[in-house]
Amino acid sequence: MRYSQKCMATEETKKTTTQSGTQKGFIYLPLIAGWLVPGGGHFLLRKWGRGALLAASILGMFVLGLLMQGEVYASAHDILVLLGLVGDLGIGLPYVLCRMLGLGDVQVMVTTADYGTRFIVVAGLLNIIAAVDAHNLRTGRKS
Amino acid sequence: MGNWVFQPSHFTAVVLFALFASTVFGITMRETPRSMIRYGVYCFVLFVASAIALSWVMYFIAR
Repeated sequence: MRYSQKCMATEETKKTTTQSGTQKGFIYLPLIAGWLVPGGGHFLLRKWGRGALLAASILGMFVLGLLMQGEVYASAHDILVLLGLVGDLGIGLPYVLCRMLGLGDVQVMVTTADYGTRFIVVAGLLNIIAAVDAHNLRTGRKS
Repeated sequence: MGNWVFQPSHFTAVVLFALFASTVFGITMRETPRSMIRYGVYCFVLFVASAIALSWVMYFIAR
């Protein structure tokens, strides 16, 4: 009985030490970095493999969307366009880069361009999921 | 993007979409590498299979 209690105490101490170790510094930094640069939050936490895969997937999807002549939303004149804009903003700095370079400033005329627009929006949404995952890693909610 | 234009078939677009989305889902929704791969493959198969199934449904509705 005494032995098991001792073990539990050790486990609890370990857990507390690990949590306090991960709580140092600005806790939202991986979340913000992950939002601005796809995979950036994971890179910051030295999860190189996961970060590289996330960056390749999200940026790959975004670039393919642009290559399919997808539209990058710039204004919000109705609710559907507003939702698309929110999705696009999820990609972070690549969105700003595209707006500055005038990429994705097209009229959707063909089916593949419509697919491209969806690819761009979904890439943004996937980036938000990845950024939240980095935040969860940072807080110790996920290992 | 300049003169570079990518015009995939519908099925290629579905496969690419499924590949990228399931990679992100696998990494973010599971903790161990093994379970990440399993979940990623599971999502990929579900994406592609449901797209094919829905395509057949729409084909019969259109006739």
